[in-house]
Amino acid sequence: MHDFEYEAPSTVAEAIGILEKHNGSARLLAGGTDLIDQIRMGRFTPEVVIDVKKIAELMQMEVTADGVQLGAAVPCYQIYGSEQICREYSALADATKIIGGAQIQSRASVGGNLCNSGPAADSTPALIALGTTAVIAGPAGTREVPVEEFCTGPGQNVLQRGELLTALKIPAQPAASGSHYLRFIPRNEMDIAAVGAGAQVVLDSSGENFVSARISLGAVGPTPLFAQEAGDLLAGRPVSDEVIEEAMEAARKIASPIDDMRGTIEFRLHVTGVLTRRALETSIARARQNLGK
Amino acid sequence: MAKKRVVTTTINGTQIEFLCQPRQTLLEVLRDTLNMTGTKEGCSNGNCGACTVLMDGRPVDSCLVLAVESEGAELETIEGVAPAEGLDPIQTAFLEQAALQCGICTPGFIVAAKGLLQSNPSPTEEEVRFYLAGNLCRCTGYDKIIRAVLDAAQAREEVTV
Repeated sequence: MHDFEYEAPSTVAEAIGILEKHNGSARLLAGGTDLIDQIRMGRFTPEVVIDVKKIAELMQMEVTADGVQLGAAVPCYQIYGSEQICREYSALADATKIIGGAQIQSRASVGGNLCNSGPAADSTPALIALGTTAVIAGPAGTREVPVEEFCTGPGQNVLQRGELLTALKIPAQPAASGSHYLRFIPRNEMDIAAVGAGAQVVLDSSGENFVSARISLGAVGPTPLFAQEAGDLLAGRPVSDEVIEEAMEAARKIASPIDDMRGTIEFRLHVTGVLTRRALETSIARARQNLGK
Repeated sequence: MAKKRVVTTTINGTQIEFLCQPRQTLLEVLRDTLNMTGTKEGCSNGNCGACTVLMDGRPVDSCLVLAVESEGAELETIEGVAPAEGLDPIQTAFLEQAALQCGICTPGFIVAAKGLLQSNPSPTEEEVRFYLAGNLCRCTGYDKIIRAVLDAAQAREEVTV
């Protein structure tokens, strides 16, 4: 493997200092499940690898009445291991349960998944559906970016030199809400999404009408996508097969998938609609369950 | 060349110090520096699970861990699975069910199964299949492996009852 130095700072400020010093030739290491393979394959040739797992705030997950403050390097198994995350932020639990197998889930983090910025990342559509904000620290201080604006292309994102993702802020979910993430893969487990879809819906107290909805897609464009129109057109309307059909159509419209070994364009467009419907239906069922309906 | 680091870690209950370069994986150090060749190299990219070890009680692919990251960690490898006398119930079950053919994937399966049974002592068949999805076997077709792990769970339960 390519030769590099290893640093394990214990504060965000120290990490920023090392990033600045190496001016673009440092890589951040969280769970390493992407990075170590990418270095081995020669895709990255960093001078220094900065292990962020000694920085306490990046390893903490706090669930409060205001929502979730998720440290960028918290591994998947700790996320779906929280009953509160499974119950109130279900889409995120769904995604973290299907990233790789047990070995990968022991190390891989949602922050790393986001920073790797792969179009098929499983946890990113879940974060988008839940309305998550990325917290970025850098030499000029901290800034916040909605997760749907974080990725800018395959493997590309808004992080500037000297910056690192420190946390993900997920707002508290309304009581009458439910969320879900699912994907289509050619196998049962351990594969990369051919299409992924996330949804979060808020219903009124009757459980029969949408108050609002957020829909997100994975693996059907250069970045994970926020299907804003598809969600917005549901707001204020009664839950019915017809309106869900409209949302499916709107989601398909923003998809621009490629042909590859996991599926053709035609297949992926079809599955985009199907998964959008399933993500919505499960979210609706969960919202009704949370309402006691 | 990056300077070598001294790493102190606990492997199978014994504190061990080793020297490594930052670019060396835990798998390389286990096999080539510490001569613990029970842990196997398969794909070296996190797909096959042949190099599974327990790190602080959780299964990890040691090909996707830098050896320097194991500073202060508690590691358990296949060499630590059997007690001083005899075999672990998982190993016995693998023999009884003939859950191996060529054997390359076996240490990874046994260590991953140990991780599973530590966190979930009586898993369902579906839970076993899901948990072991990160371990590939090209010989057995998996059924015998799944049966062995379910048998081992049963045997462990009988011991504790």
